[in-house]
Amino acid sequence: MTVRLMQGNEACVEGALKAGMKFYAGYPITPSTEIAEISALELPKVGGKFIQMEDEIGGMATIIGASVAGLKSMTATSGPGFSLKQENIGYAIIAEIPCVIVNVQRVGPSTGLPTSPAQGDIMQARWGTHGDHSIIALYPNSVKEIYEITVRAFNLAEKYRTPVILLLDEIIGHMREKIDIDDNSKIEIIDRKKPSCPPEKYLAYAVREGEIVPSMASFGEGYRYHITGLVHKETGFPTGNENVAEELVNRLTSKIENNVDDIVTYDEYLLEDADIAIVAFGATSRSAKKAINDLRAEGYKVGMFRPITIWPSPEKQLLELSKNVKRIIVVEMNSGQYFLEVDRIAGKNTLVEKYGKINGDIIKPEEIEAIVKEGHNA
Amino acid sequence: MPSQLVNDYFRQENLPHIWCSGCGNGIVTRAIVKAIDSLGLKKDDVCVVSGIGCSSRASGYLDFNTIHTTHGRALAFATGIKLANPKLNVIVISGDGDASAIGGNHLIHASRRNIDITTIVYNNNIYGMTGGQYSPTTPCGDKATTAPYGNLDNTFDLCDLVKGAGATYIARSTIYSPNMIQKQVENGIKNKGFSLIETITSCPTYYGRKNKKGDAVQMLTYLRDHSINTVAYNKLSDEEREGKIVVGEFHNSPKPEFTQLYDELIKSMAKED
Repeated sequence: MTVRLMQGNEACVEGALKAGMKFYAGYPITPSTEIAEISALELPKVGGKFIQMEDEIGGMATIIGASVAGLKSMTATSGPGFSLKQENIGYAIIAEIPCVIVNVQRVGPSTGLPTSPAQGDIMQARWGTHGDHSIIALYPNSVKEIYEITVRAFNLAEKYRTPVILLLDEIIGHMREKIDIDDNSKIEIIDRKKPSCPPEKYLAYAVREGEIVPSMASFGEGYRYHITGLVHKETGFPTGNENVAEELVNRLTSKIENNVDDIVTYDEYLLEDADIAIVAFGATSRSAKKAINDLRAEGYKVGMFRPITIWPSPEKQLLELSKNVKRIIVVEMNSGQYFLEVDRIAGKNTLVEKYGKINGDIIKPEEIEAIVKEGHNA
Repeated sequence: MPSQLVNDYFRQENLPHIWCSGCGNGIVTRAIVKAIDSLGLKKDDVCVVSGIGCSSRASGYLDFNTIHTTHGRALAFATGIKLANPKLNVIVISGDGDASAIGGNHLIHASRRNIDITTIVYNNNIYGMTGGQYSPTTPCGDKATTAPYGNLDNTFDLCDLVKGAGATYIARSTIYSPNMIQKQVENGIKNKGFSLIETITSCPTYYGRKNKKGDAVQMLTYLRDHSINTVAYNKLSDEEREGKIVVGEFHNSPKPEFTQLYDELIKSMAKED
């Protein structure tokens, strides 16, 4: 066992390499830059490739290209770059190209506060690209979890042939914690399914019986096929047929929505007897945990529900929670983005409140304690 | 009956193509396929990447590994494909707007990197797919739906642009001379580095109609009468050069290629272990 002191952004690259990342393309942006720097350092050592592109859009396009040629690929960015990547994230969704996009969030809109933490990209992760679609977005809360969840991001991207968004907090991206990454032999690694049929029988976008997504050949393997961002038939070729369009968009959405039980992960803390639940994720959940411990010492029956999969949201679990508690307080470093989702799910059964902060400062335990007590005494 | 070339290299189930009658895109596409055929490249080893626009639809008609990407980003996608699998012969098909307006940044940086990608720009001086708006290569003073009083912008010389940026093979031809296009594409593919072939093609439907250039045949005749080889052009006076389309090979000067350099880096690191 080797325990190392590691930064969150570094753990992200270590996790990606563990998952089999062989390609990184990106553009420098605070506070995600270490992910590019460490990828540049480590990838050639494992036969992988790194390229610093001319812009954020290029970074996104290039990882899609590399994935099409068969390499597990990742890019990392922050708010302004995440905005620029949205069109090609949509391309990866419709063309079903596995890839991982890390967004180490900072205060926006626009250039905002480049070095200050925020959790303001919750809704952009969900709806940043145009058109109807579903998305997988994951949100770890510690350096160790960044490592594990980065592996999971690659696995989900490969399994569901879709871009996966990894939302990180600047606080954890730049924080150092101890982590034992040698003890990871049991970690499962998933690779995309390749076609087993001869090339002349290959239908690039047909889903075989019992499969979730079409099998994916890499360019250069003898399966000559066509990829497009246009609505396409099972052959991969474009069509304007309205039935095909509806079927395709429905399939792209349902391959995620029908598998939420596999995709959704979450964590519960002291919820068994709780009548107040805090919903928090990422760095904020760590302040919430401290607040809960302090409040418990004073007799408050408070616990926490922490979604690790932010999208698709843990709907079933939040609905169940809403039946068991009198109050749910959504605490997040934005003005109430995930509150909207929690309120939609839980609001009909219980009181859902929000506590947000948008000034670049972290939410401290005493703030959470105050909001719990205020409501409690009122 | 389709020709042997069509039988061998085109996806006939996707034909006929969407291009207007009189459009020059078919001539360029045929010349590209003839170049691939003449070089004897295996279809499995060829990857055609295109952006968005009329010419970018070509990828869907060709029986290679083909990808029709987002507007302007063909070169960025192609960079990922080539770097991930350097054995592929990567060919980018792009229009003037796609390559030099929305995709201009990728064009100069792919040139600078000297990555082994052969880019063929189908330059028809207009945005055709969206109905005739002016592009970075619409001549100054010419009309377009968004330049109803004449275009005030200066135009790009795409060959000069990529020369300055570091491309190692640069040539221009017109659809009046398909054999010249073919030869240039062959040389571009042979060049181990970034190659740009600008082909001047005609759009009678939008550019021609807006600017009273006549029908498809008249536009072809215009290209014949106004194009001049680079050697002959250099002997002309400034006045005589006015209105000429200079064709030929402008630059062929190999330099270390990007993906090769990266592979050498990987090899050197393996040795250190």
